[in-house]
Amino acid sequence: MSKILIVAELDGNSLNSSTRKCVACAAATGADSIDVLILSDQCGAAAAAAAQIAGVNKVLTVEAAHNAAPLAAVLAPQIAAAAPGYTHVFGPSTTFGKDVMPRVAALLGVGQVSDIMSVVSDRSFTRPVYAGNAILSVEVPADKIVVATVRTASWQDAPDGGTAAIEALNVDCAIPGHTRFVELASAASERPDLQTAKKVVSGGRGVGSEENFALIYKLADKLGAGVGASRAAVDAGYVANDMQVGQTGKIIAPELYVAIGISGAIQHLTGIKDAGTIVAINKDPEAPIFEIADIGLVGDLFDIVPELEQKL
Amino acid sequence: MEKILVCIKRVVDYNVRIRVKPDGTGVVTDGVKMSVNPFDEIAVEEALRLREAGKASEVIVATIGDSESQQQLRTGLAMGADRAILIETAAGVDPLTAAHAFRALVEQENPDLVIMGKQAIDDDCNQTGQMLAAIWDRPQATFASKLEVEGSTARVTREVDAGLETIEVDLPAVVTTDLRLNEPRYVKLPDIMKAKKKPLETLQLADLVSDTGEQIVATHWATPAARSKGVMVSSVDELLGALKDKGLLA
Ligand SMILES: Cc1cc2nc3c(=O)[nH]c(=O)nc-3n(C[C@H](O)[C@H](O)[C@H](O)COP(=O)(O)OP(=O)(O)OC[C@H]3O[C@@H](n4cnc5c(N)ncnc54)[C@H](O)[C@@H]3O)c2cc1C
Repeated sequence: MSKILIVAELDGNSLNSSTRKCVACAAATGADSIDVLILSDQCGAAAAAAAQIAGVNKVLTVEAAHNAAPLAAVLAPQIAAAAPGYTHVFGPSTTFGKDVMPRVAALLGVGQVSDIMSVVSDRSFTRPVYAGNAILSVEVPADKIVVATVRTASWQDAPDGGTAAIEALNVDCAIPGHTRFVELASAASERPDLQTAKKVVSGGRGVGSEENFALIYKLADKLGAGVGASRAAVDAGYVANDMQVGQTGKIIAPELYVAIGISGAIQHLTGIKDAGTIVAINKDPEAPIFEIADIGLVGDLFDIVPELEQKL
Repeated sequence: MEKILVCIKRVVDYNVRIRVKPDGTGVVTDGVKMSVNPFDEIAVEEALRLREAGKASEVIVATIGDSESQQQLRTGLAMGADRAILIETAAGVDPLTAAHAFRALVEQENPDLVIMGKQAIDDDCNQTGQMLAAIWDRPQATFASKLEVEGSTARVTREVDAGLETIEVDLPAVVTTDLRLNEPRYVKLPDIMKAKKKPLETLQLADLVSDTGEQIVATHWATPAARSKGVMVSSVDELLGALKDKGLLA
């Protein structure tokens, strides 16, 4: 009998799509039941959305002022208090899940499986190690609750089609006051979200400056694509940190990924291994990005990108 | 602040292209260059900057591993840490065991701040800092790109998917580092010589933590499926044609 609890991620008060990926992964384990836990100061909209996901049995809400911001130290004891009775607790492998889930695991006295790529059985999974250059199979002993994060790029969104009941849950635990939310600064963008976009155009150090990045944005807008970047481009200040793709940035799986002026370091490639088609534009024919690109074009991006944008 | 404890890990250097052993029992580490986990190097640097700014008086580097890990502790000492502690064990430890070991060390040393990398680039787990904070019942500020210590609190800017989040935590706390927190200094030869004279204490893991039992069993390592070989095109028109063939353009 496996019973899975999924810790939902929220953007403000709406459900982040990573929650659907967790449901897809939970369903792949052959779970007997899947419940979704929502912790927020306003659970309504997210709970309603979660209740519609096919495969979800119950949506549990913990609505409290102290859950307004997703602070791991505040959420983890509540999640741990909700965990008894479940065989598995899953969260997404986003910065939200990576922050909170290990804290939950430690409170429950168990290890954590990070970044589930595939499910072998209800207690056996594969996960990437060494920046995705090796795939490790792991097994959680039968007497332990399985706490895990789900690698979102490996899973499809679980579709709508459910009609789960929504229940308020009372959790009995102390809420620490030692951690306080100050602010969230996000660069608002009209463009498709990097993590869910079907198409992504990324620029690297080769783009050369913040001003030159306008070329990348123009091309992306023509394609209806989200925009990403290499670490070098972020470090150089061309773009904001939340646009970084790779081992330490976002792991994405768009249908089309266009890498422009990016050399293809392994840490960058980790972030795009699951992309459908990878296009590389680089003036160096020896750039490692061409080893994994499906379509490569050698040349100066300052000639190619405007021409491409114009011909689209 | 009195003390900062920095936890570091010896890992395969980030420039190495690792290979999986043919029998699937691990990756090849014989003759492979080993280094301080890059995120941990950033943690050491941050601690040193706090000490240099007069915000802390002592920086301790600690690691869990076999005697070879002394090399990485010496790197930390050469960067400028005051002393080092090796928690010795022959076998690798999982993040939960590591967190319990560091918890025991925290009990002995009473640091005001613990800093470590957000993840080790070998197992890519991203767990130990959070687990330590949990069992110590103290705040955590993960994925830090800015750290300001003022009196008994720290204000930390964190790199999150939505942008930059700032939180305030009471000390003591655990901070895990992201890449943009700082750029670690280069170690100069005289520093390496000096580091040889700095104190390096060895403790036994078994004396610090009781066996927590096997949490997660690693059963098999495999090489990831390679992407199939692509094509090179020689013009923008060919590129557009190839994209259309794949149905990626209308
Ligand atoms: C622990 C760790 C984690 C890391 N995590 C990440 C990560 O998450 N994401 C990430 O991206 N990196 C990461 N890195 C950094 C990574 O190793 C590389 O340094 C980085 O990806 C390089 O970025 P780049 O390709 O833009 O720059 P470069 O390697 O400098 O490449 C620039 C490319 O642009 C090309 N170019 C220049 N001018 C032109 C032109 N006019 N036209 C066409 N092409 C041009 C050049 O030929 C070159 O190939 C990490 C590193 C470490 C150590």
